[in-house]
Amino acid sequence: MPPTDTLSLPAADTAMANPVAGIDQSSGNFSYPQNYEFDAGTGLSENTVRYISEVKKEAPWILEFRLNALKKFLAMPMPTHWATKDLENINFDKIRYYLSQGQKPKRTWDEVPDDIKKTFERLGIPEQERKFLSGVEAQFDSEAAYSNIKDLVAKQGVIFANSTEALREHPEIFRKFFGKVIPTGDNKFSALNSAVFSGGSFIYVPKGVKVAQPLQAYFRINAENFGQFERTLIIADEGSEVVYMEGCTAPKFSTSTLHSAVVELVALKGAKIQYITVQNWANNVFNLVTKRGVAHEEAEIKWIDCNIGSRLTMKYPGVVLKGRKARGEVLSIALANDGQHQDTGAKMIHAADETTSNIVAKSISVGQGRSTYRGIVHIPRHLKGCRNNTECDALLINTNSRTDTYPAITVRGDRNATQHEASVSKVNEEMIFYMQSRGLTEGQAMSLAVNGFINDLARQFPMEYSVELKRLIDLEMEGSVG
Amino acid sequence: MSCLEIQNLHISIGDKPIVKGFTLTIASGEVHAVMGPNGTGKSTLAKAIAGHPDYTITSGDVLLDGRSVLAMEADERARAGLFLAFQYPSDIPGVSIANFLRAAVQARLGEGEDLDATAYYKRLYAKMDLLKIDRKFTSRSVNDGFSGGEKKRCEILQMAMLEPRFALMDETDSGLDIDALRIVADGVNAQRGGANSPGILLITHYQRLLDHIVPDHVHVMWDSRIVKSGDKSLALELEAKGYDWVKKEFAAA
Ligand SMILES: Nc1ncnc2c1ncn2[C@@H]1O[C@H](COP(=O)(O)OP(=O)(O)OP(=O)(O)O)[C@@H](O)[C@H]1O
Ligand SMILES: [Mg+2]
Repeated sequence: MPPTDTLSLPAADTAMANPVAGIDQSSGNFSYPQNYEFDAGTGLSENTVRYISEVKKEAPWILEFRLNALKKFLAMPMPTHWATKDLENINFDKIRYYLSQGQKPKRTWDEVPDDIKKTFERLGIPEQERKFLSGVEAQFDSEAAYSNIKDLVAKQGVIFANSTEALREHPEIFRKFFGKVIPTGDNKFSALNSAVFSGGSFIYVPKGVKVAQPLQAYFRINAENFGQFERTLIIADEGSEVVYMEGCTAPKFSTSTLHSAVVELVALKGAKIQYITVQNWANNVFNLVTKRGVAHEEAEIKWIDCNIGSRLTMKYPGVVLKGRKARGEVLSIALANDGQHQDTGAKMIHAADETTSNIVAKSISVGQGRSTYRGIVHIPRHLKGCRNNTECDALLINTNSRTDTYPAITVRGDRNATQHEASVSKVNEEMIFYMQSRGLTEGQAMSLAVNGFINDLARQFPMEYSVELKRLIDLEMEGSVG
Repeated sequence: MSCLEIQNLHISIGDKPIVKGFTLTIASGEVHAVMGPNGTGKSTLAKAIAGHPDYTITSGDVLLDGRSVLAMEADERARAGLFLAFQYPSDIPGVSIANFLRAAVQARLGEGEDLDATAYYKRLYAKMDLLKIDRKFTSRSVNDGFSGGEKKRCEILQMAMLEPRFALMDETDSGLDIDALRIVADGVNAQRGGANSPGILLITHYQRLLDHIVPDHVHVMWDSRIVKSGDKSLALELEAKGYDWVKKEFAAA
């Protein structure tokens, strides 16, 4: 496999995930010419991993890391003893693990399906971004804006870079934290990511620095963030604060059916990290993501996680509460429409005294949609003054939808407290009729009911995100009625 | 001038016939009180006219200004000018009254027309003042945790905001205390008279509401249809004699 030396800038992975916008993948409209100068071909082997590392001109330790991860991935069984058997339908041999610049699907705006155009319209996506998202243009020209914010935060000493770039330019700090929060073998998919990762962000916030603006806003269309196997690492040094927003609320049309990211957060003493995700995936995507943070003494990590779409999402953001008085929070919303399964939840591992955690998870199942909540809250006996609050609410829209809750709460010792509430409610016909009798269409009535259900959570999101979330829900609900 | 014609309406729930031949014509500005014992099908009638999907109209028709509404969905009927004040209003957790009504008002605007938020709130507050509803209620979830009387007031607030051409009011008086009854009646009366005065079908069990909202016509429903009609004195007679009187008269006929 001949390496190429043109690549490894952030734009390198552009073509990987986004461009061919939610099209029937089987129709074969977009074929990638086999060209080893640009991609790693299909299937996963040691060669694939070596190729990726070579293209990226990585240091030997990273290649070692990747190869070791590959071994683990191949050795680990699918977690179908607890997770859905649907995982067995992932065909790892058919997946393209790395695709670089130069591999751009070509299509014109006229070829973009009408319903996708309509979705862009409804979401109010700017013209330029629409073309990028739908694959008409391979790259959104966000570089300028991106370097602006990068330069801006750089004045405060903040490193904000693409992970490929960061590995090259800041290897010491990267290596120190990389793979420490989520070990390679944490689960089969974290192992996969560790073997083939590319893209994602690296952020280091120095001591005491409070980053005023959320990082990402200008860079949400940045190429590598569309990566299929992105790897993000955020380190907030003592007393610092940062908010990171991930993802794209436009339908994330993927050329591939597997998205498997790893996100690691480290909040050192007294630091605060807030990580916000609002994602809307195409219906054919397996979205299997591992996200975890370590909160040191008096530090705070908050995950806000909204999942819409995908065939199967498995995601349980977690916080390891490592230092005294650390706080962890997961606020999550999942919407499973027909044919979708949202298997989401949270993990709170208390490992020091006086640590507190809060989980609020809301799921909505529509039609044949299925939601599963899985939670782990672990407070060992020797600790004292720990508290957890867990709240899981499920909303079912029509009787075929399904919800399951698996809250595993192990709180030992009498010096710790936990509180758990769960509810399942239904949007019943009478409620919809009531709203319709006021002049709202069935779709409007349903989205109002859903928005009402998540309202108390959505209010805690940054304005921009709660508005987009509401619009997405409107779209989903509109589509769910005949 | 509008007209709501209910023509020989037969309504079933599943296979079970509930309303068997109900006929009534209401012109705008008129108040028709419908009285009748529990279980005669008054609520069924009101919900079926409003377009509840569970209620099958097996024969007969409902015409709004000469046009049948039966092929319309409930929301289309509402936008065409029908309003149902529910006997048992649903609650909508997490959706504030202000947002709910705003969506309902917005739904009546044309494509591309945007609601004037300032004007909307001004109107909302004026109607709330009229119905003596505390401003705090705008941010409360619709009917969620409301007392029986608060729910009924909220129904009338919605009616006042949506200005229907025809309102079907199903036991709006039940659950209201004496003061609230007067306030609600005043609220309804304020919508009467003038050019946009709605036609009202007022379902009630008690004369006391009719003391405040004086009906033009009173109808007695028995065995799922109207068996006797008269003016407001019929309600007084009914109150004095009870339904047995109608029953006997009807059986004799
Ligand atoms: N969803 C339903 N399924 C089966 N039967 C129903 C249903 N809804 C109403 N009914 C029946 O239809 C009949 C009429 O009910 P309805 O609620 O219309 O009476 P009503 O005249 O409004 O009584 P009330 O004065 O007590 O409010 C009753 O016998 C009731 O049990
Ligand atoms: Mg009734």
